Amino acid sequence: MNNEEIIIEGPNVAHGAESATDHHGHEHHEQHFIWKYIFSQDHKVISRQFMVTGIIWAIIGALFSVFFRLQLGFPDSTFPIMEKFLGEWAKGGKLSPEFYYALVTMHGTILVFFVLTAGLSGTFANLLIPFQVGARDMASPFMNMLSYWFFFAASILMFASLFVETGPASGGWTTYPPLSALKEASLGSGVGMDLWLMGMALFVVSSLLGGLNYITTVLNMRTKGMTMTRMPLTVWALLFTAVLGVLSFPVLFSGVVLLIFDRNFGTSFYLSEIFIGGKALPHIGGSAILYQHLFWFLGHPEVYIIMLPGMGMASEVLSTHSRKPIFGYFAMIISLVGITLLAFVVWAHHMFVTGMSPFLGSIFVLLTLLIAVPSAVKVFNWLTTIWRGNIRFNPPMLFALGFVSLFISGGLTGIFLGNSALDIHLHDTYFVVAHFHIVMGVSAFFGMFAGAYHWFPKMFGRFMNNTLGYIHFFITFIGAYLIFWPMHYEGIAGMPRRYYDYSAWESFKHFQGVNAFISCVAIIVFFAQLLFVVNFFTSIWRGRKMTTLNPWGSTTLEWTTPIHPGHGNWEGEIPEVYRWPYDYKDDGHGNDFIPQTTPLRPGEEAH
Amino acid sequence: MSVLITVALVVLVFIIIYQIGKASEYSVILRGEEKVKAQANRVIAFLLLLLFPLGCWGIWYCNSIFQDRMLPVAACPTGVNYDSMFKVTVIVTGIVFFLTQFILFWFCFKYQSTEKRTTFFFAHNNKLELIWTTIPAIAMAILVAIGLRNWYDVTSPAPPNAMVVEVMGKQFNWMVRYPGKDNELGKRDFRKINDANNVMGLDWTDPHNMDDIISQNGELHVVVNRPVKLLICSRDVIHDVGLPHFRMKMDAVPGISTTLWFTPTITSDSMKLITKNPDFVYEISCDQLCGKGHYSMRGTIIVQTQAEYDKWMASQQTYYASNNPSAAPASDTTKAQPKNDSIKAVTMK
Repeated sequence: MNNEEIIIEGPNVAHGAESATDHHGHEHHEQHFIWKYIFSQDHKVISRQFMVTGIIWAIIGALFSVFFRLQLGFPDSTFPIMEKFLGEWAKGGKLSPEFYYALVTMHGTILVFFVLTAGLSGTFANLLIPFQVGARDMASPFMNMLSYWFFFAASILMFASLFVETGPASGGWTTYPPLSALKEASLGSGVGMDLWLMGMALFVVSSLLGGLNYITTVLNMRTKGMTMTRMPLTVWALLFTAVLGVLSFPVLFSGVVLLIFDRNFGTSFYLSEIFIGGKALPHIGGSAILYQHLFWFLGHPEVYIIMLPGMGMASEVLSTHSRKPIFGYFAMIISLVGITLLAFVVWAHHMFVTGMSPFLGSIFVLLTLLIAVPSAVKVFNWLTTIWRGNIRFNPPMLFALGFVSLFISGGLTGIFLGNSALDIHLHDTYFVVAHFHIVMGVSAFFGMFAGAYHWFPKMFGRFMNNTLGYIHFFITFIGAYLIFWPMHYEGIAGMPRRYYDYSAWESFKHFQGVNAFISCVAIIVFFAQLLFVVNFFTSIWRGRKMTTLNPWGSTTLEWTTPIHPGHGNWEGEIPEVYRWPYDYKDDGHGNDFIPQTTPLRPGEEAH
Repeated sequence: MSVLITVALVVLVFIIIYQIGKASEYSVILRGEEKVKAQANRVIAFLLLLLFPLGCWGIWYCNSIFQDRMLPVAACPTGVNYDSMFKVTVIVTGIVFFLTQFILFWFCFKYQSTEKRTTFFFAHNNKLELIWTTIPAIAMAILVAIGLRNWYDVTSPAPPNAMVVEVMGKQFNWMVRYPGKDNELGKRDFRKINDANNVMGLDWTDPHNMDDIISQNGELHVVVNRPVKLLICSRDVIHDVGLPHFRMKMDAVPGISTTLWFTPTITSDSMKLITKNPDFVYEISCDQLCGKGHYSMRGTIIVQTQAEYDKWMASQQTYYASNNPSAAPASDTTKAQPKNDSIKAVTMK
């Protein structure tokens, strides 16, 4: 039995009673095990499938970082444990350069796509959208099921690529050609790259299937009274995330297809005037920069796809646990719109040093620094949300607060990089590595953790352990700053990224001590994440049980469903909504909040 | 064996922490949920508040350890402008950073949940939104203005008296081509590349190639206070010419020619004194992942006086001559080297 089946067979999937919409068309209540738990079309089951697959990938991706940090921190040492895990690739206990680059590549690919996109959007969009808009399930449960299984198929290919003889893809998660196009250029551009490309193609399909579903459900399936401006910010954020994905993933797909063609069918989309492996290649006329445009046209919206769900969830968590409405609901929506629109027109700030026309570069500088404005507005709104609140410090709240702190730090360093003149020196240095890790690798993860701790009761009917949550928070928060803060200095000193070893460099070898320190902290933080995983899985069966429907005192619809919601979510009619989701005020009966489903009192005005 | 013990130890630690977690859950029930929650809240609020001064101290500590590990003064005028623009950006973002982080952690402490506290229902305020939209926008506009001025400066065309040098990257080293006495680089074609005697694919039918000099050890010689324009290209995959001491870099893309120019103002010897490091050397780092040897694609820049440069140049043999000894009389070298199939024949001392 695999993990999935054990979890899904838990008490949560109570068999649904008569549901108003019988969109499965089955005549009787009993579904076969395969259709109920494996190829399930229930959004709650699919959300758990995404979550568990995401957690497994996160452990693998993080483990890779431990290995390559061992190399970076201690380049003169050997680690027999690495040879145990990695065999030939770490002969004598030292990572070979090829496999170092393979680990770095797969770390990025796995965490950006498989964990922070599928594991984040896939889990929470599936869990929260139908619940929070008041729908029994997604617009197309069948497509929803397919979106998970295409993700699973992509995972199989990606996982298989780790075990091929020439190794997995090793051209960086960005996979620039000609390096990634030519088998002669690198071992990792062999079969491993073909598997990577096919895996990504399937992944894009999965994202599109999911995204289209999320958009349609939000637009078409809201319950009575749930106008767009009464939707929780989480739903707004997930909606825009889906829009970003639907419009930009196809461009990555096209970039990947062209690369597959260049690799296998003799085309020259990205190749021109190349001499390698002792001979001049016949390709003429292509442009390696074309790939970069196609890649980053997705690549930039991708980072907002990663960021937005966390923003939405943090808004929800901050508001609920300070017992105050989110400040500036409309401004938050408008800033989400601003971020979504601008996300599409800033991609070339990743390409400032490719030799692009300076005029073009300056346009991208302008647009990139513009995007800082809505992000700033959101930060100020979050701060005002907790001002004069009544803050409860449980794990979800801690992670939401940590999210804000990290977003401030990571966002501000983005301002350096967005300014092209500054970027010239900082591009491809550890400053970039520090920036994107703080903002994606930690801040977005904190949004994910906030959501995980906050909605765990809704997913499994039990709570995660608080003490373990506190330990997880403090170690990760402090550890993340200890790891990534020093990297900024290394970047400012010009230390390049994606280097296996700095000992031969007069300009950089004096950072050895810093690198060793960072590696030690990274290993500790890795173990703290394992603590979260242990907490997560043991709480599913042994967590403190939920005894009330609405333990957090939240106003949104998901807390009006039974503790173990069945197929169709609500047992009777779907509730009607009368107010916006942030009425955290005295209801006259001793509660400090008024759920969305409570009708307006006589004389009360709608918000 | 040690692996097993390590794994066992790790598992043990996890079990202990898990039991602590479970025990605390039971103790909450025993001691009364509300009371424990209130106490935990106070402790956490205090710890959060502590994080801010701790963080500030950490930043101060980091600044002090890194102080003497950063780059020395920039070795060209655009680099100096870079450093001042960087400082301005640090100040602007630094103010925002300290202010917002302080507010965040202070609010956490001040508004922690207590028995008596009531919240203030404050859902929106358009004036506030306007203020904190406009101020960041103005700050961004200022940074953009300064940035674009520097950007146009750096990307402007090189002055006409600039020394032109070609830098070509390949897996995994840099090759530098000097135009020689005729001051012009000859044409090249990738189809003519031959690792034995024509590493850059020079077209020998172009007379401008006959006096060109190629260094395969990635050592770039330039003259202090004289602008130098690098014509950058690649033979195989994308590389990048990274010049940290000059605060510049530019991608080397196969099939496309890119340019980068600067005026070095500090000789290598002077920099040795400034950094108090007799081993100092300006380095060229490859700044675009190019394969397994990416981290070893090291080049160097020797900034010297005109006299030193002329002396060095006079001792160089043209690439043509070193690969075609029979044609030696037509070259303008003073030293003929025996032909040798290995490309090391043109390594400069």
